[in-house]
Amino acid sequence: MIKKNIATNEFGFVFNPATGDSYSSNPMAAEIIQLMKENLSLNEIKKMLLDKYEVDKMILEKDLDEFVGLLKENNLLSN
Amino acid sequence: MSKLKYERPLIKKMHAGMMNKFGSQDENTPVTHIDGVSVKSLIDTYGSPVFVLSEQKIRQNYKSAVRAFTTRYPKVQFAWSYKTHYNNAVCNIFHQEGSWAEVVSGFEYKKALGNGVPGSNIIFNGPDKHIDEMQLAIENDSLLHIDHFEELYLLIDLCARLDKKARVAIRVNMDTGVYPMWDRFGFNYENGQAWQALTKIIESGKLHLVGLHAHIGTYMLSTAAYGVAATKLCDLATKCKAELHTAVKYIDLGGGFPSANTLKGAIGQVPTPSVDEFAEVITSTILNYGFNTEELPLLILESGRVMIDDAGYLLGTVLANKKLSDGRKATIMDFGVNIMFTSFWYDHKISPAQEVSHFNEDTVMYGPLCMNIDIVRETVNLPLLNRGDHVVVHKVGAYNMTQWMQFIAMRPNIVLIDTNNHTHIIRKAETLDYLQELELMPDHLKRKN
Ligand SMILES: Cc1ncc(COP(=O)(O)O)c(C=O)c1O
Repeated sequence: MIKKNIATNEFGFVFNPATGDSYSSNPMAAEIIQLMKENLSLNEIKKMLLDKYEVDKMILEKDLDEFVGLLKENNLLSN
Repeated sequence: MSKLKYERPLIKKMHAGMMNKFGSQDENTPVTHIDGVSVKSLIDTYGSPVFVLSEQKIRQNYKSAVRAFTTRYPKVQFAWSYKTHYNNAVCNIFHQEGSWAEVVSGFEYKKALGNGVPGSNIIFNGPDKHIDEMQLAIENDSLLHIDHFEELYLLIDLCARLDKKARVAIRVNMDTGVYPMWDRFGFNYENGQAWQALTKIIESGKLHLVGLHAHIGTYMLSTAAYGVAATKLCDLATKCKAELHTAVKYIDLGGGFPSANTLKGAIGQVPTPSVDEFAEVITSTILNYGFNTEELPLLILESGRVMIDDAGYLLGTVLANKKLSDGRKATIMDFGVNIMFTSFWYDHKISPAQEVSHFNEDTVMYGPLCMNIDIVRETVNLPLLNRGDHVVVHKVGAYNMTQWMQFIAMRPNIVLIDTNNHTHIIRKAETLDYLQELELMPDHLKRKN
């Protein structure tokens, strides 16, 4: 899951104090990171987004997988 | 309750000094309409991909090019370069505006005749004029621009047989200070070949020498080169008058003015000179050359790309997004290089066609062909696009709809938006029947039932 010490704000700014790297995220990414920080599982997040947004389930799954990959690549996940 | 618009989640590392974190926004302003017609309705009606041409823009381009020259020189004539775009509807827009036809093959020649262009207003260029085509052109009193000595001798012979004098010019190639030099077409100026050809024409007594032609290159960024070309043609004209006692009626400086596309590999936007700037150099060169006013030659121009490139759009749709092995993002579109030949030398501007996120990313843009070379843009900064989103590719009006091919995918509809914003299909999307129309099956390979 996402590292607990990651700093975020409402403008999509993300900061990893461990590495000193900052990131910018779009609102969708910011929302997902926020939900992750609230300890929701990926499945729960997926369900919430499907209810809220006009998006095909397959597309969302593909995008989420890719996004998690991106977080991992950037050392933003704790495991 | 209706659901909110979705956007693919994206996170990007920020680099020091990176002020605009997601690329410049105005570059990616959505283009939702072309001449008042919505991109979505065009795609819904005519399919995706689809080429769209603006009649209004073509006419504007033509009128402003004519104005650039006629405000500076008394006798000007444009001839539409058929190979740039020879769809008959497009040609007829130019002919309605007063343009002659400039053709480089027999079928283009016949197209021009079919479009009602008087034979005497057709210029026949190119190194491969077949004998029957030359005969047709002679019978129609067209202007034959001779490319090589073999053609010159054939023509002399043909005219003797027909007992008719062809109206001819020679194409001259020359050093204009722009390299590489286009010296494969026509007769060279510097080594005396051009003069030799002119002498031969007059000595033969079978041909009527009426003009001098040069087309020094395409997408020319140097106005000075046209000054050099005009001077050298004026030199030849003067020498023809003095030594061969023949006054040429026209000087044809060909095409070559650049459109506002971005050449591949250009660092930033290289400014392209306007038609006015070319006109200024060309006309002042001829006017100051020293002709008597009544002997000023007609000035002919064969501009192609600058007239139509920015009047053509390609509308298309996103098929898929991918991540490449090295982490780069890739977007697969439903149009490829088979219908976008100019993507080999231009970085075409591509705009989203719907409201977009404020977040851009660099992506490789691929076409749909199952071929490694099918790359529309090696890298383009675009808002996040999803499957089904539409894009508008700009400035594809020149050469694409003549150099295109059905390879894996067939050629799509071409739609013209007229000056009242009504749409017309001017070439239908190809079908399998069309594709197989010319195929023949030997008996021994026929399917047995
Ligand atoms: C003889 C001749 N005239 C005119 C043109 C049109 O050139 P452009 O599209 O560069 O104006 C060409 C194209 O190469 C040409 O070969």
